[in-house]
Amino acid sequence: MKKWFPLVLIVALSAWVLSSLRYPTPKHGLDWVGFGQLPVLMNGRLQPLDSVAMNSLLQIRTRRTVRTEDGATLSATEWMLEAMTRPETADTRKIFRIDNNEVLSLLKLPDNEKYFSFNQLSNYVDEIQQQAQRINGIEAPRRTPFERHVMRLYNAMFLYIRLKNSLMPEGTTNYTALIDEYKKAIPSGMEAFHAQEQGKNANQSALNQLSGFVQSFSQLERMAMPLIVPPTDPVKNPNGWLNAGTALLEAVRAREVHPVLIVYAKMADASRAGNATEFNQAVGELRQWLADKGFTKPLKKARAEFFFNHFQPFYKATVIYVLAFLLAAVSLFNLSSWLRKSAINATFIALLLHTTGLVFRMALEGRPPVTNLYSSAVFIGWAAVLIGLALERYFPLAIGVFMASAIGIATQIIAHNLALGGDTMEMLRAVLDTNFWLATHVITITLGYSATFLAGFFGLLYVLLGVFSRRLTPELAQALHRMVYATTCFAALFSFTGTVLGGIWADQSWGRFWGWDPKENGALIIVLWNAVYLHARWGKLLEERGLMNVAIFGNVVTAWSWFGVNMLGVGLHSYGFMDAAFKALLIFVGFQIAVIALGCLPIRMWKSHPDKQPDALQSTPGAAQAATPQ
Amino acid sequence: MTRIWNFLGSLRLTVVLLSLTLLLVFFGTLAQVKLGIYTVQKLYFQSFVIFWGPEGAGWKIPVFPGGYLIGAVLLVNLIVSQIQRTSFSVGKLGLWLTHVGIILLILGQLATDMLQVETHMRLTEGESSNYSESYRDNELVLIDTSAPDKDTVISIPEEILAKRQILGPPLLPPNLPFSIQVIQYMPNSRLFQLAQNSGEKPAASQGFGRSLAVRPQPLTSKTDERNLPSAIIELRGPQGSLGTWLVSTWLNDAQEFSHEGKSWQLAFRPRRYYKPYSITLLKFTHEKYPGTEIPKNFASRVLVTNPNTGERRETDIYMNNPLRYGGETYYQGSYDPNDPRVSILQVVRNPGWLTPYVACILAAAGLLIQFMTHLIQFVRERRAA
Repeated sequence: MKKWFPLVLIVALSAWVLSSLRYPTPKHGLDWVGFGQLPVLMNGRLQPLDSVAMNSLLQIRTRRTVRTEDGATLSATEWMLEAMTRPETADTRKIFRIDNNEVLSLLKLPDNEKYFSFNQLSNYVDEIQQQAQRINGIEAPRRTPFERHVMRLYNAMFLYIRLKNSLMPEGTTNYTALIDEYKKAIPSGMEAFHAQEQGKNANQSALNQLSGFVQSFSQLERMAMPLIVPPTDPVKNPNGWLNAGTALLEAVRAREVHPVLIVYAKMADASRAGNATEFNQAVGELRQWLADKGFTKPLKKARAEFFFNHFQPFYKATVIYVLAFLLAAVSLFNLSSWLRKSAINATFIALLLHTTGLVFRMALEGRPPVTNLYSSAVFIGWAAVLIGLALERYFPLAIGVFMASAIGIATQIIAHNLALGGDTMEMLRAVLDTNFWLATHVITITLGYSATFLAGFFGLLYVLLGVFSRRLTPELAQALHRMVYATTCFAALFSFTGTVLGGIWADQSWGRFWGWDPKENGALIIVLWNAVYLHARWGKLLEERGLMNVAIFGNVVTAWSWFGVNMLGVGLHSYGFMDAAFKALLIFVGFQIAVIALGCLPIRMWKSHPDKQPDALQSTPGAAQAATPQ
Repeated sequence: MTRIWNFLGSLRLTVVLLSLTLLLVFFGTLAQVKLGIYTVQKLYFQSFVIFWGPEGAGWKIPVFPGGYLIGAVLLVNLIVSQIQRTSFSVGKLGLWLTHVGIILLILGQLATDMLQVETHMRLTEGESSNYSESYRDNELVLIDTSAPDKDTVISIPEEILAKRQILGPPLLPPNLPFSIQVIQYMPNSRLFQLAQNSGEKPAASQGFGRSLAVRPQPLTSKTDERNLPSAIIELRGPQGSLGTWLVSTWLNDAQEFSHEGKSWQLAFRPRRYYKPYSITLLKFTHEKYPGTEIPKNFASRVLVTNPNTGERRETDIYMNNPLRYGGETYYQGSYDPNDPRVSILQVVRNPGWLTPYVACILAAAGLLIQFMTHLIQFVRERRAA
């Protein structure tokens, strides 16, 4: 059994992954999958409606699905379709996440719950708005936790209201009829309008009717988020997508309502009536229209991204990393070779998934792997896992695979939290819009981060194993020492080259090689710290333990440069303040400092270390006590 | 002596210096939150010693070595250690290259610090310009516009105004018919239109200042704000005062007056750098991603005209694609949110711009060689074992 376990594990994990390689099937008849695959333009990029729904729901609920009162689960798209077409039901869904007790007590909500429905909050809309208005004037770094949570709630509610008003004005009961009435009102209304312009007798009721529509649709134009109405000629005007409101207003000029909008109206009415046949027919009709007009690429891309959203390779990879981590942890202590092999196999499968996700994202974006903080977390994890597995090959002690899986988990958790900020495939600002520099500077510098972290984590393992366990044998210590050295050499090479490439990019785009910008300084600090480690080692200024502490401090330096500098809110590289991450960063740094302090404890207080006297190593607590009086 | 020599080339010193640099860079980054990048550069990185004193106190004590001091000692350390380890071998090629590269990098940055001039050129579509303007330095100019074919410009840097002295020869040409007395100088200021019958005193007796009041403002160090200085000056001829003028960087137009049959213009403006050629903005494109406010691309189509060489050519300047011309580099710097036809080009003169490129290639190649030799050695050892 033990002999076969590593192999069985590979088969089982592969089967699990492969079995999920299919599209979800709609349960209730409404083809929400087809609806979710419809291409729209948002955040400047083509994406499926499913991504709009998922990213919105992540921001509102911090989850990808909604739980209904009766225990069923709604996918993001199902939920969004409901919000767009049956808002009165959507308002009862508990989607707004509130974690702050002061906010809960302000809104007189029970503090034993986390999620609340729009109806529960609707009485306090004014209150929240007033608070938000005041808080808006405060710079983000100066806000208190209460203020940050109010802002978060306000933004979530605003986002939700906008979604409700993205397809049709909220409260519409029959969209098709509304559009028909509107179509009829246009000619007579315009005639009356022209008559009034020329000072003639105008038909006031026709004028009023039309201006009523225009008012309502102008409101829709301001609120609607995704641009759902495609241009009629995608070749001449590929970017001419409109939101529902604009498209409706456009009808006054064009004297006809865009055909796509009419199909969407059919969908909305069918969804309200719960008529699956009509709904699915309308979805098919829209796909056909898009295909006929030559939107093959957007259709394909939307389909692919929908698949990616539901395949969730990173989530699955994380699950497997956790499994691998547990296996590796046990094998680290009981030295079992079959557990180690199993851990390696599991990490390998997870790495495959991780790679698939990475490549899939690259294909969807048409970009190198790292374009923002989110993707940097994914990539740092990926590279660290790869290096960790490579080291495991040369040092078969379960350390490499243990660290690989641990960093795999950590970076995926960080990435997940960064994804709560919104679309992770957002478009790049003009200065970043260069695949050449993204592929060179950004990749090398991120590899540098990765390796510095890995070295630091090996350092952590050295100290923790030594202080708290008997496991830090001379062999293991020697291996860790060499692994940290190898990783730091790699880190020095990549962080230096990456920093320098960044300088050259800056020289190309801003006219100076170096400007002491916080992000540049952060990168420089990593290079310097790697150089400190290497020179201290070459000059024999520190022994093994001291060097391990230097490596651990590398974690602090790298975390600072990766996240800390973004929190300062100054400089060309500041991508916005991430208040939630600040606390996590402090905890992380505090932990590193604590371990460094442990690492400075005299050897006699360590449970194991190569320099420890062998008799002391075997002494029991009782024996140690007996020894003190001497 | 030998001990000092050994110390100067020691790895111990290297590690100390690297750690000091790290601390300097770290605190220099934190300080930017309060002081802004420009001030921090001057105080932390382009200085020999960093001084500190409690806010408001008149005294300051040196607390930390500045960038120039650490850089200089690091340079000595690098060079001495290379001399001490003269035994050059192929195995050490990587380290040699790296260190030579880093020496060059430090020297190059020093040269950049000393020689680089950063200015900008603001152009509306169709407009030409043969000068760029400084971001920070201002000048008081007196322009003699009497001659039909040329203007004579006398420029007085802001620093001299700040000293508030009477300006005559040798700072001003001896044949100038007047001297300048700086009555008040405000490094940052605001102007106010005087309300009628407000009873408030106008800022000056001549020019625009007759209907304006000026108030000093606290200095700002924010990256997105500028200090806008003003001054009140008095012009004095041999026969006595000609009146007082309000000069201010708030005022876009020059103030005109005539004296002894000559017409003059007076302005306080960003310092200008004239060029022997001119740049014309033909078209400015500012694209955003559809449905968003995210900038997608900025591009300026410009015409370069050089009467000296007879050159006349059109070219595009856009993000990550600057124009290098006449020893200067033109970057697509910014735009005017209020006017879609305005492009702001950043103009950089840096004679040493090539050094970091060379330095980096050397150092990166060195590191790569070093790393690869180690790696190959390591894999071989493992195979053999």
